[in-house]
Amino acid sequence: MFNHFLLSLLIWLPIAGAIPVLLAGSARPNLARWTSLLIAVLTFVVSLLLLTQFNADSPIKQFVEDYQWISALNVHYGLAVDGISVALILLTSFVGILVIIGAWEVIQDKPHQYMAAMLVLEGLMIGVFCATDALLFYAFFEAMLIPMFILIGVWGGPRRVYATLKFFIYTFLGSIFMLIGLIYLYNKAGGSFDLNTLAGLRLSMKEQTWLFFAFLFAFAVKVPMVPVHTWLPDAHVEAPTGGSVVLAAVMLKIGGYGFLRFSLPIVPDASEAYAWLVIGLSLLAVVYIGYIALVQEDMKKLVAYSSVAHMGFVTLGIFIAFMLVRSGNADAAKLGLQGAMVQMISHGFVSGAMFSCIGVLYDRLHSRQIKDYGGVINVMPWFGFFYMLFAMANSGLPGTSGFVGEFMVILASFSANPWIALFAAFTLIIGAAYTLWMVKRVLWGEVTNPHVAEMKDINGREAFVLLAFAAAVLVLGVWPQPLIHLMDASVTQLVQQLGNHKIY
Amino acid sequence: MELSTSILLTIALAPLVGCVLAGFLGRFLGRAGSHSATILGVAISCGLSFYVLYQLTTGAAVNYNHNLYTWFEIGKFSASVGFLIDRLTAMMMVVVTFVSLLVHIYTIGYMKDDPGYQRFFSYISLFTFSMLMLVMSNNFMQLFFGWEAVGLVSYLLIGFWYKKPTAIYANLKAFLVNRVGDFGFLLGIAAVLFFLHTLDYATAFNDAHTLLGQKLQITSTVQWDAATVIGILLFIGAMGKSAQVPLHVWLPDSMEGPTPISALIHAATMVTAGIFMVARMSPIFELSEGALSFVMIIGATGALFTGLIGIVQNDIKRVVAYSTLSQLGYMTVALGASAYAGAVFHLMTHAFFKALLFLGAGSVIIAMHHEQDMRYMGGLRKYMPITWITMWIGSLALCGVPFFAGFYSKDAIIEAVGESHRWGAGYAYFCVLAGAFVTATYTFRQMYLTFHGKERFKVVDQHGHGHHDDHHDEDHHEPGVLHHAPKESPWVVTLPLILLAIPSLLIGYFAIQPMLYGSWFGNAIQVHEIHNVLGKLGEEFHGSLAMALHGFGQPPFWLVAAAFAITTYIYLFNPSVADKIKGALKPLWTMLDRKYWIDDVYYAVFAKGGVMLGRALWKGGDASVIDGVLVNGSASLIQRIASGVRRLQSGYLYHYAFAMILGLILLLGGYWLVGQ
Repeated sequence: MFNHFLLSLLIWLPIAGAIPVLLAGSARPNLARWTSLLIAVLTFVVSLLLLTQFNADSPIKQFVEDYQWISALNVHYGLAVDGISVALILLTSFVGILVIIGAWEVIQDKPHQYMAAMLVLEGLMIGVFCATDALLFYAFFEAMLIPMFILIGVWGGPRRVYATLKFFIYTFLGSIFMLIGLIYLYNKAGGSFDLNTLAGLRLSMKEQTWLFFAFLFAFAVKVPMVPVHTWLPDAHVEAPTGGSVVLAAVMLKIGGYGFLRFSLPIVPDASEAYAWLVIGLSLLAVVYIGYIALVQEDMKKLVAYSSVAHMGFVTLGIFIAFMLVRSGNADAAKLGLQGAMVQMISHGFVSGAMFSCIGVLYDRLHSRQIKDYGGVINVMPWFGFFYMLFAMANSGLPGTSGFVGEFMVILASFSANPWIALFAAFTLIIGAAYTLWMVKRVLWGEVTNPHVAEMKDINGREAFVLLAFAAAVLVLGVWPQPLIHLMDASVTQLVQQLGNHKIY
Repeated sequence: MELSTSILLTIALAPLVGCVLAGFLGRFLGRAGSHSATILGVAISCGLSFYVLYQLTTGAAVNYNHNLYTWFEIGKFSASVGFLIDRLTAMMMVVVTFVSLLVHIYTIGYMKDDPGYQRFFSYISLFTFSMLMLVMSNNFMQLFFGWEAVGLVSYLLIGFWYKKPTAIYANLKAFLVNRVGDFGFLLGIAAVLFFLHTLDYATAFNDAHTLLGQKLQITSTVQWDAATVIGILLFIGAMGKSAQVPLHVWLPDSMEGPTPISALIHAATMVTAGIFMVARMSPIFELSEGALSFVMIIGATGALFTGLIGIVQNDIKRVVAYSTLSQLGYMTVALGASAYAGAVFHLMTHAFFKALLFLGAGSVIIAMHHEQDMRYMGGLRKYMPITWITMWIGSLALCGVPFFAGFYSKDAIIEAVGESHRWGAGYAYFCVLAGAFVTATYTFRQMYLTFHGKERFKVVDQHGHGHHDDHHDEDHHEPGVLHHAPKESPWVVTLPLILLAIPSLLIGYFAIQPMLYGSWFGNAIQVHEIHNVLGKLGEEFHGSLAMALHGFGQPPFWLVAAAFAITTYIYLFNPSVADKIKGALKPLWTMLDRKYWIDDVYYAVFAKGGVMLGRALWKGGDASVIDGVLVNGSASLIQRIASGVRRLQSGYLYHYAFAMILGLILLLGGYWLVGQ
């Protein structure tokens, strides 16, 4: 019975919920906190409802909602989800709860506004994953920047102005190109932004190439891919913990999602022709960024760079599929795409957890510099357990979610070209090197800094957040099949679309 | 009859339950509660493993091969979690759980004063679970899971004393070097999936013959043989885990961990995972002469050259560590000679006598109050007779003296290599033969320095000065000064020594016929008729007794006897000779002491070089080119343009008038030009 407006509910519940949170005002911070927690939990419950109602065996988009929005331009308020969207929505609403809890007493300055911004951001991100109208997608895609801009700009660190501007201009510049591309497609389609219609358009190679690069620029910034990644370390370093968690866990995924929704179905021929470029940049992300991550002295920067390297597997998995479909290896293409998707979800958990851990340390010592720590395990053994677990997940240890996606992508890429697999598999070495070297300097050893000696182990609230992430990381690592099954029909259909040539 | 799934699940999960109890509830369970819980878990596993082995050996049960659940399924590709239990697996399960059980018991004594007592038990139980998942796996995915999981536990245990700078350096090094191996291993698994379209053992081995004639396109003109590529890539994994040259550098450093895990992980079980894996993959390795030659040469090099380093070590554990490297080399040579059963047989005997030697060394270390330098030992035999005798049994087994377990397994390997006609077999034969002399030399030297000769330590009574805290991780005393006279270790330590001494003495005598020359392994190990060196040896085998008696007349035994004579003369009668030899062969000694400078080169190239490369890329790439030129550069470019443009808007009327005139001229001029 809810099914007619379930997606709208998912989007607007947190956004509308931000209003009472704001109304609670700074005088009643606890009311604001509890209200926002309630709304985040409700949103998560609704997303679970979505999961139970969703038929994973069908590739058809479900829970369709379609209304005229701007009739003059034939813009629709069109929402629908497939398995890929459902997985990402679940990730968003799951992380949504944890960032509210994570910020609980950490944010003392205007907590109601912080919580409200988080809720609005959550709703908008869910909107991105539901939109079936390109302009609606674009609206959510852009609107999402505003709460994030506020989160970093208001609760951020000392260089937050530089970081926010860099973040905003980078991503905005990227999406401008996408907008131009969309307007071109709109005209071409005779006045429609419907993604299905756009996917059915026949386009010449020249048109596709222009559009491909417009999309590439927009989504590459978001992912981010080398060489347009330099906003990410700055944004992370300046962002408050919750901002970093959402940024890494969900916002980066929108780049990967964009490739799946726009580049692949709308410009498949150009995507195929330039797959080598994206694959090359992805491998560069694994190797080049891996080395850069190795020498970071700021923990947040290190994890930010590690995010870029891990997201390299997402773009690699997506574009390797073209090479595999061309050589008639559709199952391997599915393996690569599924690997990319699993990597997205897993990176959401692992990076969210890593940033939460760094937040825990930062709240105690007010430093993110690796050299200020050392011997933390002596005073915070429970924290050490979680930190070690997430570090191992970040190094791609089997049994954790970090392994699954990378494993699948490496297997698939070997079938395309063993050299690609060779460079991708280099993450096993470099990923472990930068992560565990950090662990060595932070966790192990004698306590040398007297302030570290005074640090208290995690409290119940922090333990809850880390435990939730840990459960997700382990469950997905031990049994990924349910997630894969959820997305299987959609991925299969996507692979079939890759084979459709659109040149006339 | 088929083995029951619940029994197998219990074998794998019982140690995991123990691990969780000791790890998370250790504070509530207390020390005794934690060690009881983990020991019970491993004891259940061990008992059931013996039962499984018995059932399979008597033929009461048939091989088990079932999936428990689907890990992923995408199109025609799938991976599952499941068990393949044949005799090879069952033997490994028994070795793993038996040694693990003894190490658990031993730990009660060894770690009794350690504040991380519960944590240690939790880790070793987690290790047992991981290792069981590795050996019981029926597919490549789960194999890789176990493979990396044992690596994780090894990392945690080497760095168990996490305040010690050397320990946390060693564990990082161990993990990263292993990851280099796993890098190859993972690519090998990817190659298996590419050529055989499956990750399931049974299917892959069944279709392995289709690899013949298949090629992997390397460049547009170069193609490599599929079986060779798969074999070498998988073996690179084994080189990491089983510490083969040139990825052996982590194992000696792993001695930073507590001694029980040196016995369990870095001697008896985990490091032999690579040997087990290659034996398991025999249907694939058999298809490639090239890969097997590669395996043989790597193994032979390790067998001889790492053994040589053992001769110059002064740390009692490091001698055993280098000995382990050398023995792993022997097993690898056997694999390379297609004598897989010989390798697995040596794996088993080695597990017993090497665990014995490590635990014995640990017993000595307890007696010496955590002094490991043999230069401050000597004459310990009268203080600790059980340790002394059991270690001699282990040592003689290691040297391959006839009748001892090691003799049967090692002699079989040497002879098998002698029979092999594979490329590199001559070199390998030389290495394993010379290795016999080297093995005996470092072993006897160690025994003499530790247990015989003069006491080189002083006992200083310090009762008046209060209780001395002799924590493992503190430099607590000046070398060679003890506060109490050394004494025999408690029964929890000596019992495992005795229980390991028995198989070290006897297992070879009884097991060689079925394991090497019978068809005990059945289909688990497949050897092509033309490669079957063990088959040839089997024709000349007339029982264990005859083999041992024959062994007294063979070169390996003469070499051991020669080493015995030389070391006895030097260390019992004329200790100054050792220094004279050291002086005379100074360059050679330095080379061995520096471990052929391999660690130094690796550190300079990979560790320092990696960090330097990272800095260069960061500063040169991200900071200057991308951010400096492209991002901030375009920002400042826009600013410059903007400030230039701003200057145009000066507010002076004559500027605007001039601009209008200029524009008019250009416009008209343009028209005029176009009009022409």
